[in-house]
Amino acid sequence: MIKISKLIHDYIQRDEEGNPSGTIRAINDVSLDVRPGQFIAILGHNGSGKSTLAKHLNALLFPTEGTVRVDGLDTKDESLIWDIRQTAGMVFQNPDNQIIGQVVEEDVGFGPENMGVPTEKIWQRVEESLKTVGMYKYRKKSPNRLSGGQKQRVSIAGVIAMHPKCIVMDEPTAMLDPSGRADVIKAAIKLNREDGITIILITHYMEEAIQADHVFVMDDGRIAMQGSPREVFSRVEEMKELHLDVPQVTLLGHLLRKEGLDIPEGILTREELARALVRLKK
Amino acid sequence: MFKDITLGQYYQTDSLLHRLDPRVKIVGTLVYIISLFVVNSFIGYLVCALFLIAMIALSNVPVGYIVRGMRAILILLLITMSFNLFLTPGEEIFRFAFLRITREGLSFAVKMAIRLSLLVIGSSLMTLTTTPNQLTDAIESLLNPLKRVRVPVHEIAMMMSIALRFIPILMEETDKIMKAQIARGADFESRNLIKKIKSLVPLLVPLFISAFRRANDLAMAMEARCYRGGIGRTKMKPLVYHGRDHGAYFLLLAYFALCIVLRLVRLPFLV
Repeated sequence: MIKISKLIHDYIQRDEEGNPSGTIRAINDVSLDVRPGQFIAILGHNGSGKSTLAKHLNALLFPTEGTVRVDGLDTKDESLIWDIRQTAGMVFQNPDNQIIGQVVEEDVGFGPENMGVPTEKIWQRVEESLKTVGMYKYRKKSPNRLSGGQKQRVSIAGVIAMHPKCIVMDEPTAMLDPSGRADVIKAAIKLNREDGITIILITHYMEEAIQADHVFVMDDGRIAMQGSPREVFSRVEEMKELHLDVPQVTLLGHLLRKEGLDIPEGILTREELARALVRLKK
Repeated sequence: MFKDITLGQYYQTDSLLHRLDPRVKIVGTLVYIISLFVVNSFIGYLVCALFLIAMIALSNVPVGYIVRGMRAILILLLITMSFNLFLTPGEEIFRFAFLRITREGLSFAVKMAIRLSLLVIGSSLMTLTTTPNQLTDAIESLLNPLKRVRVPVHEIAMMMSIALRFIPILMEETDKIMKAQIARGADFESRNLIKKIKSLVPLLVPLFISAFRRANDLAMAMEARCYRGGIGRTKMKPLVYHGRDHGAYFLLLAYFALCIVLRLVRLPFLV
């Protein structure tokens, strides 16, 4: 689905007169592979290059070196740019800054309108996508009257209406309250499991990464760690060195283990921890 | 509190006028404004007023709601009236110190007042019965011929509709920044005009910065959703004329013809 090889991205720094004064390497030699239908989480602290990476997948940024292929399409080829954006949809962090329409249904229709989908088909797609994210009953509302989580689900519907094979979510929950966050993640998981859409979730909430098939941890423009959530989160010390937390239960399990209790590393849910503790008592 | 603001004060209800194609309403308003300047007799104004009253009746908008909107132009109305009243030369009928009223001035002032009031009520009736969205759509469609002379019609309409979408968001933001600055001791309550203007600086600077940041984000989000201008774009809600719209155009034509006739044929027993 997505194949990145040896990607390098430099931002040009400018001094006060606007002359280039140097470069910042935001992504440094990243290679990764995503198979169709996978749920991928990319973790990393601020400035680790994860948002820059996300923008490459949608051809909003172009490689300084290396190649990015989305469904076989090279992002360097400018004639393919609209196909790529249609294949890989993108959800951004701030819901207010990505909703264009003044009515929910009009916003969801914006993508298909741009693609030149005939009118009746647009309505069909809008209805489907709003139902998928559970926002159909709000279709006549103004986005300004919705909560953050609802707005973000509308943004997701707007992307689904373009029928992408892959959706890149760039910290979609960073500005939401806990219940809005849960709704958005639920919607993302549903899209992945039921509709087989490849999801690439960029986040700094570790709990959200537990559901993923594969986790990449970025640091300083490189992929520092990768593996299944269990593999990655069992390396608590390494994560701490990268200024990242592990989920709270994982940390608790880790600390108990350090104190000498016989608990496996990489506990991801409360149930697992409870079971491990019960087994210990026997 | 800013969430409920609507631009152009759209009045939500269902009526024949609300359902009419927005293009008809824009053209209708323009024709109506022109007609107010075509007629120049009191019988003419009577016809214009009756037409407007009929439209208001069809719109289901409460009369009180419309009259309230008139308060805003009351001062303007009084100023224009007094200028016409006192400064038109002609046959003098009243004099007080340096003020003199002429017969011509009186008739001119009254006509101007009627004209202005009808004009304002007529155009506000359009905004009351048409959502801002429909208006931008209609403007895009009406200006379409200008595309041939390279006027970026679609882009203008898109900018208008984005501006409308962001008005409440920026209002809310202004509110937030104001509270933040008040918490740090800013004084927005001062009655001193210079102080008042100065106090706007810490409000406007962050507001502009945030607006630019939002614009940047929005542009990226639009590109990510394949926006590439008006070319090859389809419409989710295309404007289609129905039978009633053709009827409305016909009525408009008849009304305008009547106004022209009233102007050309001078009835001897009327001023």
